[in-house]
Amino acid sequence: MTIYTEQDAKTLLQKVIKLSKADECTATIEGSINGNIRFARNSVSTSGIISNAELAVQVAFGKRVGIATINEFDDASLLRVVQRAEELARLAPENPEFMPAIAKQTYKPTDTFVASTAAITPDYRAQVAADCIAPCKANKLVAAGFLSDAHRFSAIANSKGNFGYQQSTAADFTCTVRTDDGRGSGWVARNVADIRDFSAKSDIQIAMDKASRSAEAKALEPGKYTVIMEPAASAGLISFMMFGFDARRADEGRSFLTKKGGGNKVGEKVFDERVTLYADPAAPGAAVMPWDEDGLPRERTSIVNKGVVDYLAYSRYWAKKQGKKAVGQPGNLIMVGGDKSTMDLVKSTKKGVLVTRTWYIRMVDPQTVLLTGLTRDGTFYIENGEIKYPIKNFRFNESPVIMLNNVDEIGKPERVADDESPFVMMIPPMKIREFTFTSLSDAV
Amino acid sequence: MLRREFLKMSGAGAGALMLPIYGRAVAADVLATTMDVATKKKMATVALNAATKNGASYCDVRIGRYLRQFVITREDRVENVVNTESMGTGIRVIVNGTWGFAATSDFSEDGIAKAAVQATQIAKANSKFQTEPVQLAPVKGVGDVSWKTPIVKNSMEVPLKEKVDLLMSVNGAAMKAGADYIRSTLFLVNEQKYFASTDGSYIDQDVHRIWAPMEVTVIDKATGKFRTREELGGPRGMGYEYLDTRSKGIALPGGAVVYGSAYNMIDDAVAAAKQARNKLKARSVKPGRYDLVLDPTHLWLTIHESVGHPLELDRVLGYEANYAGTSFATIDKWQSKNFKYGSDKVTLFADKVQPTTLGAVAYDDEGVKTGRWDLVKDGVLVNYQAIRDQAHILGLKESQGCCYADSWSNVQFQRMANVSLAAGKTPLSVADMIKNVENGIYIIGDGSFSIDQQRYNAQFGGQLFYEIKNGQITEQIEDVAYQIRTPEFWNACSAVCDERDYRFGGSFFDGKGQPSQVSAVSHGSSTARFDGINVINTARSLG
Repeated sequence: MTIYTEQDAKTLLQKVIKLSKADECTATIEGSINGNIRFARNSVSTSGIISNAELAVQVAFGKRVGIATINEFDDASLLRVVQRAEELARLAPENPEFMPAIAKQTYKPTDTFVASTAAITPDYRAQVAADCIAPCKANKLVAAGFLSDAHRFSAIANSKGNFGYQQSTAADFTCTVRTDDGRGSGWVARNVADIRDFSAKSDIQIAMDKASRSAEAKALEPGKYTVIMEPAASAGLISFMMFGFDARRADEGRSFLTKKGGGNKVGEKVFDERVTLYADPAAPGAAVMPWDEDGLPRERTSIVNKGVVDYLAYSRYWAKKQGKKAVGQPGNLIMVGGDKSTMDLVKSTKKGVLVTRTWYIRMVDPQTVLLTGLTRDGTFYIENGEIKYPIKNFRFNESPVIMLNNVDEIGKPERVADDESPFVMMIPPMKIREFTFTSLSDAV
Repeated sequence: MLRREFLKMSGAGAGALMLPIYGRAVAADVLATTMDVATKKKMATVALNAATKNGASYCDVRIGRYLRQFVITREDRVENVVNTESMGTGIRVIVNGTWGFAATSDFSEDGIAKAAVQATQIAKANSKFQTEPVQLAPVKGVGDVSWKTPIVKNSMEVPLKEKVDLLMSVNGAAMKAGADYIRSTLFLVNEQKYFASTDGSYIDQDVHRIWAPMEVTVIDKATGKFRTREELGGPRGMGYEYLDTRSKGIALPGGAVVYGSAYNMIDDAVAAAKQARNKLKARSVKPGRYDLVLDPTHLWLTIHESVGHPLELDRVLGYEANYAGTSFATIDKWQSKNFKYGSDKVTLFADKVQPTTLGAVAYDDEGVKTGRWDLVKDGVLVNYQAIRDQAHILGLKESQGCCYADSWSNVQFQRMANVSLAAGKTPLSVADMIKNVENGIYIIGDGSFSIDQQRYNAQFGGQLFYEIKNGQITEQIEDVAYQIRTPEFWNACSAVCDERDYRFGGSFFDGKGQPSQVSAVSHGSSTARFDGINVINTARSLG
């Protein structure tokens, strides 16, 4: 059993801390049961369940730190892991940026555990695959998809008496549907807290519809276009930009939030005034763990307020050096929006491009957060409020900073995930003007 | 796609409790030991017997011990030292023509037998939905054999202090040469892999890899501008001897120095600081069509994305459609025997045997002897990369030997072999190549990269860009990225330097599959010329 109860986790962590002879000791234990099913070419390709639990021990002698981890929990193994951490600490050079273990904290529990998601069975996963494959087969379409779900627990403790414990669940589904002649491709993704909010049967229709409708794609000239970005299309760009919100990076002069002549841009208007971003561990439908990687409690934190930068992420060391209070770093990213759906935004668009998703996003220039990537699996031309026809995919070269200055309209936020992002995100569909497409792609 | 894990790992974790991502952390002395072969054979035999007793027509067992060491520094301090070890057994079986897989970290005979039985149970359950029974290309058992990366100095045995001292010298030299910041890292890997199968193979391999990434940053406070320059010495399948501070490197036209099988990190750090400073004042490129001269430190990544990936057979067939994507290089193009992937100067080959490469092993992760084969011959598409259960699709009698799993706990599948551009057949030096370029850009080092899901449209940046005018290198320029359509790009290849210039680049982090696995791969080439390529200017203003 890899999901420990609070009492079992506490007993184990306290035993570990007691074994340590170091000046201080921090121990964390995390365990999970991950289930998944993968299908391609209208057939299940792999499925599995992985159970694992891991104990990490960090000790310090003065400013010398050692870390060791282990996945066996008998008394001999616990002693071994503590001794290994202590050995490493003795070998390690002094870390001038060493920060002592955190004091005892108070964590406000958040709703990260949903029983229905924890109860997903192999049969359920197989049914999801079947619900995607059957309608595709019947319509000369080909499905390839992946459902991954997890039930986890996390516990932290240290020699200063701190302790926290919480369980969490997660479920993520993606499916790509292609026409059997390979000329059309559609996609759907759902990242949910409660698996009861997910229906493969209805969601697969979105991907099937996009695949069928994208088959006769026309080529538009690359250039600047008004775009309707579905939530998944802009989430990757916004998440990528967050690396620039590191206080040290900005203060050192290597972020788009660095001020000319020194210092950072906190308090300055950097985005359109309709842009408001915040983090909240208790956000309904997007709750995350109440502490961050350092064990600091997460609080509701305004990141961008009406276009003004409100927040930079301080490590404990950098906060101390700059005379700031270190607070828990965000685990989610919530963008404030309105009530309109993606299709409402399409209706109010005279000429534009609807983007289902973006792909292979990479940094071109960190100075301006210029990113490149491509549209994929459903790109359409909009005219007079209607989707007119499918168009070939574009490569974009655009900065999310510029994108969030060119906002025309913001819709209703939806929960989205991105496999390259550490955040649970609530991102609205957006209408953006002058989005820069630099070349055409023949990829379907 | 190339993953960003490494950046995440070496990034913001400083000072925090960093959970090693590759398994449990161990003390340094544990890294220098190996497991006894006789014990491994005994355990593997338990698994093979349990699987066959429970209906497996085929079984393979991988007993793996994966060791990694990271030494992460910035400026004058060590941010983190992490040693990790991950050990366990992965068992793959075929029952009723269907694959099943299970893995366990339990090394008792009972634990291993149980995992073998579980693998057969999964295969049986999945066989109910089976529509295409597995066809496995035959492999002749090789009995007891062993292989080791031919290293001179085992990185795991080098004392931590020596490694820290090297990185501190590197950082100090860069700061003295004008860097404002530097991050330097040692990333050392040892995969101890034992493979046994019902074909009668018992293969023990000891694989070593090394990488020393660094990033130098310079800042102009007055303008708020900053620029970086990353290392020009790539990862290799070598021991600690690769990091040789006596190496003078190879001086290229224009003055940049690159490295072969001996990387002088200190000299490279000094050059990086100076070249990054030059970037701050370098002229911004005028967009348009240019003839590109691409150094192997750069070209490896273009080969990786535009040749290595599209010629992976599982992508071509649609198995990766939901994640990494499919491929433009469809089976009908291969069957036509006249699909011009590139110009007649272009021969691209796959291999798992070139010495010092990241892909080099004697046998792959399903016991197939590795080799070398052409993918594109004189410009024409002639082959793909396939493993045992795919070989029949290409009419092959045996697998090409490019099966790999990134740990004992993950199932092995088709991964990219080393994919390289063959050196030009007629003598040609880089200096002579540049002499004939009227309006071009010489690109050194890999930078930004992105490619679509069928591998048509790609964009690449670089580390260093030099303008070429009328056969002369004029000056360092900035803000360069080029955009390609894969077949047009390779058909625009007008010259490849000869084997004297042949060098390797590569990555530890090629990602594929769901759940995702990473793999390390090298790409060799000599400097090559591509005519009339679209170059864009990447400078922007945030107002």
